[in-house]
Amino acid sequence: MTGTELLAISGVTKAYPGVVANSDVSFQIAEGEIHALLGENGAGKSTLVKMIYGLVKPDAGTMRFRGQSYQPTEPRQARATGVAMVFQHFSLFEALNVAENVALGMENPPPMRELSSRIKAVSQEYGLPLDPGRMVGDLSAGERQRVEIIRCLLQDPKLLIMDEPTSVLTPQEVEILFKTLRKLASEGTAILYISHKLEEIRTLCDEATILRRGKVVATCTPRERTAREMAELMVGATLTPPARNAKAKGAVALQVTGLSVASPIPFGTSLKDIGFSVARGEVLGIAGVAGNGQDELLLALSGEVRTARDTVKIDGAGMGDKGPNDRRAAGLVSAPEERLGHAAAPDMSLVENALLSGAVRKGLVSGGFIDWAKTAAFAAGIVKDFDVRTPGTHVAARALSGGNLQKFVVGRELSQAPGVIVINQPTWGVDAAAAAAIRQAILDRAAEGAAVVVISQDLDELLEIADNFAALNEGRLTAPRPVQGLTIDEIGLMMGGAHGMEVAHHGA
Amino acid sequence: MLRLEKRPSPSRTWAWATPVLAVVLTMIAGGIMFAALGKDPVEAIRTIFWDPLFNPQFASYSRPQLLVKAGPLILIAVGLSLGFRAGIWNIGAEGQYIMGAIFAAGVGLALYPVETRWVFPLMVVAGIFGGWLWAMIPAVLKTRFNTNEILVSLLLVYVAQNILASMSLGLLRNPEGGGFPGSRNLSQIPAMANPELIAGTGMHWGVVAAFVVVIAAYVLLQRHILGYHIKLAGQAPRAARFAGVNPTRLTVLCMGISGALAGMAGMFEVTGPAGQISIDFNTGYGFTAIIVAFLGRLNPIGILLAGLLMALTYIGGELASFMLSLPSAAIQAFQGMLLFFLLAVDLLTNYRIRLKKREIA
Repeated sequence: MTGTELLAISGVTKAYPGVVANSDVSFQIAEGEIHALLGENGAGKSTLVKMIYGLVKPDAGTMRFRGQSYQPTEPRQARATGVAMVFQHFSLFEALNVAENVALGMENPPPMRELSSRIKAVSQEYGLPLDPGRMVGDLSAGERQRVEIIRCLLQDPKLLIMDEPTSVLTPQEVEILFKTLRKLASEGTAILYISHKLEEIRTLCDEATILRRGKVVATCTPRERTAREMAELMVGATLTPPARNAKAKGAVALQVTGLSVASPIPFGTSLKDIGFSVARGEVLGIAGVAGNGQDELLLALSGEVRTARDTVKIDGAGMGDKGPNDRRAAGLVSAPEERLGHAAAPDMSLVENALLSGAVRKGLVSGGFIDWAKTAAFAAGIVKDFDVRTPGTHVAARALSGGNLQKFVVGRELSQAPGVIVINQPTWGVDAAAAAAIRQAILDRAAEGAAVVVISQDLDELLEIADNFAALNEGRLTAPRPVQGLTIDEIGLMMGGAHGMEVAHHGA
Repeated sequence: MLRLEKRPSPSRTWAWATPVLAVVLTMIAGGIMFAALGKDPVEAIRTIFWDPLFNPQFASYSRPQLLVKAGPLILIAVGLSLGFRAGIWNIGAEGQYIMGAIFAAGVGLALYPVETRWVFPLMVVAGIFGGWLWAMIPAVLKTRFNTNEILVSLLLVYVAQNILASMSLGLLRNPEGGGFPGSRNLSQIPAMANPELIAGTGMHWGVVAAFVVVIAAYVLLQRHILGYHIKLAGQAPRAARFAGVNPTRLTVLCMGISGALAGMAGMFEVTGPAGQISIDFNTGYGFTAIIVAFLGRLNPIGILLAGLLMALTYIGGELASFMLSLPSAAIQAFQGMLLFFLLAVDLLTNYRIRLKKREIA
């Protein structure tokens, strides 16, 4: 499959104040090659592709595209050269339809009618069914990704960059995406595939460049390596999976029955008749593609959205109509997915952020007055116990890296001796070592007798820590099943199959 | 090329330095404006900032005026700042100030000529209630029907002004006033008057209340969970809900406090410096207090200083227009510049300016 050189990067370096994101990075991509860029969060993958896409200018080093010097100063220039990118977070307008969204991303959009027929043609050719007239707000995450991909394909790119494309897809959807990518590659389009999911890379990619702390540590042919070998190259250490103690389950601590909530978020997903129960010592893993009601479920459990009294019971007491602090008093702590702005206030210090959810259970407020000394001690304790890397507890939350802030937020909730823990995306954007530490801490709390609900889009994570497994699909929750004995196909079906991808099978 | 770079944490130094820088820039730009009007800029600036306090000819009159004018500004601005911190925009303090004065005067005059000590405290309560009530209209409309509190509170100012006109011509008109509009002079009725407490200082009960409120607000914001919730709601509304803050309750509370303090300011004004309910009773304290609140960085201590500074530009501005025959529009433009520069240099708190050569691609 490898042919002539398409893009060559040599000696590229980029430093930000306080951190070197890329240091002397070199690698080549041939035409028609699927090239993996592998690395932990913070390894410098994003910075590297941003330089290729013209969003960031390298401090040193050169790039060549088809033998020509290539120095894009803005994405438009990169697109004109033939580089297209599908971002991890979509930039789509929910209130516009598919064709309008595609037109917004083009330099010279053709008339709407012509564009619609071109969208249809491309989507059929590559097995990505998409109706140009549909409103983006009504599409699933997988379908939205198709909008982004088709937007790129219409520019007839020579190099397609895909940033963590499968994090929003079900296993079946992943398979179909891979078919599309292989077809593109066979036609000569090179693909730069960014991921930290090793099995995917082994199935899909021809070559892999592994980054660690901004440097290329290895290049390899993924098919010839085991996932474990690549993981250890990526992390630079041997990994220990979290230890779980066999434990006897206790009484039911969290019981949810008939929970239906209209989403408070525009274009959000309403919850429909959700029911489950979690016993003390049990970890329930809730999977699902992003946007299937995860945020809403967390809001309904944390108390930010209130429902009828008996829909949510904590230790047998109806708490559905109570707010977050009453639920905290009853023993339920929660950690939302969005760290900055929801779980933490960006401009407040870590001490102030410790007070945010710790006030009730840690007794940080008496008679309405804040005990700042006690709060500072609580914050310092979290920083120490969860290895939060920060110059001190006085710094603003936004100054912390995503992973460190996540450790702080999760640590703040787990340090409150909770009876029930609800966490959405506990290790999102956290490096492997920190993720392992967070998972271990969650399992430790479960072993101490907490009932735990982990909502995550990372299936490997759920299979690693959960006792029971359920999936959210368009606001409905499947009946929980024991993790042991579940196959990946069954999980995929629980997550909602391929979201209308069956059509694509026939088309492709 | 200038480039803005976001600071990792807000700069504490700049948080305090920006108001000073804004005042300096206002003096420079204002000086240029005065020069363009054909006046000596140095003399104009000196007349505004220096003469009211230290000129032997005017100081004996204008120095007490400093506290008289700063008192209501501080009282109102502290109340507004709590709401502004929480992202609740009460722009109608002027109306709440008027209603506070009307309620207080109404209660006092209804009891006339009762001469007991508790009339004055009762009027304070009535003034607070009047301002609170007027602020509850936008608060309830916002929380019930999701109306915009900026618009509703602002428009209610004009309603309040018409009620004021009606009161001074009708219900509260002085029956012994020979048909002239305006109520009895409350400052001359001992049971209702708000006198100068220490001669020659301008200190009256309203100024005392302002100082107390500054301290109370400082403690509230630094040490009390409510102050924390107010700051949280303004900075990160979703995090505030996560922390268990009830947005409806907070809106009602913040609007209520700002309205009550504005009403209190109106009460002290109508019983003291103004003396009576009249058509032109309100002089824009409620609007100027918005500037004062921001000039003081929404911090109670800052507001105390900003209120004094603003009062100084008022008194100095009057003096300048009288002494140098500067048009009053120029004085207002000068005050406007102050807010403009303050908001403009405010970004230095969160950003630093980097001088950088543009790279050639």
